[in-house]
Amino acid sequence: MYPTPMRKAPLPAPCQAAATLAGVAVVYDCSGALWLPDCGTLVFSDLHFEKGTAFGEKGIFLPPYDTRRTLRMMGEVIARYRPKTIVSLGDAFHDRRAEGRMSEADGASLEALMAPQRWVWILGNHDPEPPARFAGEVHEEVEIGGLLFGHEPCASGQWQVAGHMHPAAKVVHEGRSLRRRCFVSDGERLILPSFGAYTGGLNVLDTAYKPFFANGFDIHMLGKLATFRVPRRSLRADSQSVMFRG
Amino acid sequence: MASPKSRPVTKARKQARKADKAPGVLPVTFSDWFAGRGWHLRDHQAEVIEKAQAGKSVLLIAPTGGGKTLAGFLPSLIDLAEAPSDTPRLHTIYISPLKALAVDVARNVELPAAEMKLPIRIETRTGDTPQNRRQRQRDNPPDILLTTPEQLALLLSHPAAAEFFRGLKHVILDELHALVASKRGDLLSLGLARLWQLAPGMRTTGLSATVPDAEPLQRFLVPQLPDEDGVLPLAELVLGQGGARPDIEVLSSGERIPWSGHSARHAYAEIYERIKKAKTALIFTNTRSQAEIIFSMLWSMNDDTLPIALHHGSLDVTQRRRVEAAMSAGTLRAVVCTSTLDLGIDWGEVDLVVQIGAPKGSSRMIQRIGRANHRLDEPSKALLVPANRFEVLECTAAQGAIIENILDGEPPRNGGLDVLAQHVWGVACAAPFHPDDLYREVSSAMPYGYLTREQFDRVVEFVATGGYALKAYERFRRIVPDAKNERKGMLKIRNPAAAQQYRLNVGTIVEAPAVTLRLGRPRRGPDGKARGSVRGGRKLGTVEEWFIEQLVPGDTFLFGGEVLKFEGMAEMEALVTRAPNSEVKVPSWNGGKFPLTTFLADRVRQIINAQENWHTLPDQVRDWLELQRQRSIIPKPDELLVETFERSGRHFLVCYPFDGQLAHQSMGMLLTKRLDRMGLQPLGFCPTEYALSVYGRKPMGDIDMDDLFDEDMLGDDLETWLSDAMLMKRTFRNCAIIAGLIERRHPGQEKTGRQVTFSADLIYDVLREHEPDHILMQAAWADAAGGFLSLGRLSGLLARVKGHIRHQRLEKVSPLAVPVMMEINRETVLGEANEAILAELQDELLADMRG
Repeated sequence: MYPTPMRKAPLPAPCQAAATLAGVAVVYDCSGALWLPDCGTLVFSDLHFEKGTAFGEKGIFLPPYDTRRTLRMMGEVIARYRPKTIVSLGDAFHDRRAEGRMSEADGASLEALMAPQRWVWILGNHDPEPPARFAGEVHEEVEIGGLLFGHEPCASGQWQVAGHMHPAAKVVHEGRSLRRRCFVSDGERLILPSFGAYTGGLNVLDTAYKPFFANGFDIHMLGKLATFRVPRRSLRADSQSVMFRG
Repeated sequence: MASPKSRPVTKARKQARKADKAPGVLPVTFSDWFAGRGWHLRDHQAEVIEKAQAGKSVLLIAPTGGGKTLAGFLPSLIDLAEAPSDTPRLHTIYISPLKALAVDVARNVELPAAEMKLPIRIETRTGDTPQNRRQRQRDNPPDILLTTPEQLALLLSHPAAAEFFRGLKHVILDELHALVASKRGDLLSLGLARLWQLAPGMRTTGLSATVPDAEPLQRFLVPQLPDEDGVLPLAELVLGQGGARPDIEVLSSGERIPWSGHSARHAYAEIYERIKKAKTALIFTNTRSQAEIIFSMLWSMNDDTLPIALHHGSLDVTQRRRVEAAMSAGTLRAVVCTSTLDLGIDWGEVDLVVQIGAPKGSSRMIQRIGRANHRLDEPSKALLVPANRFEVLECTAAQGAIIENILDGEPPRNGGLDVLAQHVWGVACAAPFHPDDLYREVSSAMPYGYLTREQFDRVVEFVATGGYALKAYERFRRIVPDAKNERKGMLKIRNPAAAQQYRLNVGTIVEAPAVTLRLGRPRRGPDGKARGSVRGGRKLGTVEEWFIEQLVPGDTFLFGGEVLKFEGMAEMEALVTRAPNSEVKVPSWNGGKFPLTTFLADRVRQIINAQENWHTLPDQVRDWLELQRQRSIIPKPDELLVETFERSGRHFLVCYPFDGQLAHQSMGMLLTKRLDRMGLQPLGFCPTEYALSVYGRKPMGDIDMDDLFDEDMLGDDLETWLSDAMLMKRTFRNCAIIAGLIERRHPGQEKTGRQVTFSADLIYDVLREHEPDHILMQAAWADAAGGFLSLGRLSGLLARVKGHIRHQRLEKVSPLAVPVMMEINRETVLGEANEAILAELQDELLADMRG
């Protein structure tokens, strides 16, 4: 049987789900971006520009258009929210040579996206140095709107909003399974999904997440038009280990 | 070769006189050997030898048991016996689609060679052949090498290939009918084209079961270069004698024939009785889970403890080999099996073939029936067991076709661009090449006659740099100009790493991600939670990943004839325990695997229409059709009946094209899109092999059906749907792996099947957005159109019914619609309703929180 997508109407508020994080209002956008309405800040994590061409150097000629697609998707979200501040939460560039491989056109698109508002680069493990060509503030960590932003979550110490893990969830319902990127939060802390076009995901049931959320967590999975909070019991581990984290 | 073995001596002697008309074909050693065994040379064997000696390539079509394989080898054996070579050189290659077949044939050819004391070395080379033996085979080739299409490709990619194949005289292609219409056939055709260049004196012999149209196979065997009059050459055709007509029966059990379903439960007792009466029975099913169910049911009623075994592709190899060995030894009374036993090793003792469920095509059924009684002069016995009423019609159609010996088959396909990419890469690994030469060579392979120079150049560029409009990989080119070569325009492989990359990815079979089943329990820590490490027992086999995904620990299912309990995942294996007394909780039914052929579908439509012949159908089926005539209508063969009615507050539209589940699935997807646009709020649809039902919130009785079924549905709607279809992404993934864009998974590597699936989806999205006419997108589209979309069938259907739609507005469900309605909600298939899954899960969560 093939139920058509319109069987359950209507979907929740378009594109997003509202929640609070350590008392601050946040919105989980179905693109994978985080929106802070009170301070007008939009956050993208793990953009991994030029991941495709990084494979190309190794003789695997993936279509070299991932940066282009990532930029287009960013542009669409930015146009929807018109933020005052944009934060890139680390691993914006897939490796140290990524800037050099980026095409002229893509470089110009990125600059055009950066220009209208404050832009914050947070350094990640893939891009530990500030970008040479692209301006913007550069931080290891930064506090904005009452929340602390850094690339990697850690077991102890202070962190509130991080990326790095590329969380994804797999659910099974009525015999069908679906795997999507997701937000992971316990109400106090949050891990963002990766945004880059070639970034895969690490299943939230992986033991790697254990240290960060001692008391369990909630999942918001990315749909096409909305994010969906799904029950813990519907989550499944991947039947084979997924290593595609980049 | 089983037939000469089992032929009684007296009869053979009588017929041996007949063979006198071809005297002198056999050298004395050979005719003595034939006589010593009490055999005679058959007419078609003599004809093959004559044509071979005249230097012709041959297609031999003969039923199983006609001494076909020996006919293929005789010219080589004679040639080698008469003109032995001093230096080791490869004389003959035999290529089979099955590894096991290559090994079995080796044994059967070694026997006559040994008995005649011929100085001939015969060896096999498969994926299992150890590295040192492969090396030795290259340095010191046997006279006859038995191998597979993939191994041929690997041999051809070796730098020493030109030397290795220089003296090749003869290539034998076994079970050619099974190879041609597949990507393996594409790969093989390109390998042949290479061999025609490397060994200009080489000829080919194709061995095939009966096919409806021999011409494509005849073309496959010779270079397709037009002569002066522009005519493309054909290999010579030799036909073996036809066997006796099979004795074929459609089971019309006294019990009630089910309205729907595929289990054939009503017939088990009768099947068991037939097994008891037969010496050895082969029981074919269409899917693995069906085989499991039938096997376990037969065992539960096996009061005589008959030795009955199970054989299908998921079972562990060692277990399959044990069953095959027991079969050869004649110790089994029945084997329940799937298409894994369609081809292959001959078993003389099988005297009954049972087909559970509809046969889907007459050629397939004839092949299966041919597995019984490998004696040409005795009829094979077959029993068709329909599992539901529609299948009674299909079985009757197949029975008629087989008695009239009318075959069906799909037309030859155009060679895949992904396979061509793999081949070009392999050619570059062997030696520098010129694109002009290679284009001419590739076009001489039958499946690639259609290829334009522009397409070919794009494929070469794909192998070199990925072939993107955005030239990002020029610096890393895999294929580079050969500057040192005197001839301009020569290309060569960049470095050994690029050659190694090719060798790891060779082949066209892309397995669905599978999970190993192992007996054992996860080791648990003091907190009772699984620690992951295996307390491990025997490996039972593999199952598709999607099946394991839907299980939770404690679920039970049937596998290998046992009830197993899923305990949990450990590493990359599913741990299970035996649960002999449990109920089976999770059925693993996954639909009919083979689509109903166009030909059989036509015959089914005619059977329904031919009211004067209804009396030959089982009573229940005749009454069913009679009722349909009273309550609705019986459509004419060229008409499409569309019925609309309401039931329990839902509105239904049911139509009966009989064009196979795939075409109906595509049509269902497109119709619901269209109904949605008309504001009729369709809720879902359910395709079966025979019919399609669509259901929704609003009445569909007032629709202009000619409009709804107009051919223009194959335009934009199709495009929109495909942009995000899971199956399209899976098709793309297979092309990407075959073409070498994504690396193939190998045992022990970290890269898993899951990972490849996932990353291929991302690549598809990116490529579709930025370069939708990329060569791999073209390859995927061609596969999809011929494969899961069944577009050829669908457009044929729409053209056929144009102006011939009979719409019946009914008060209630019609008799013909009853089985269709029963299928709704029965089969859950991976659909496109992803968002709906998420929305429902969220609703559940909200309900939980409220409750």
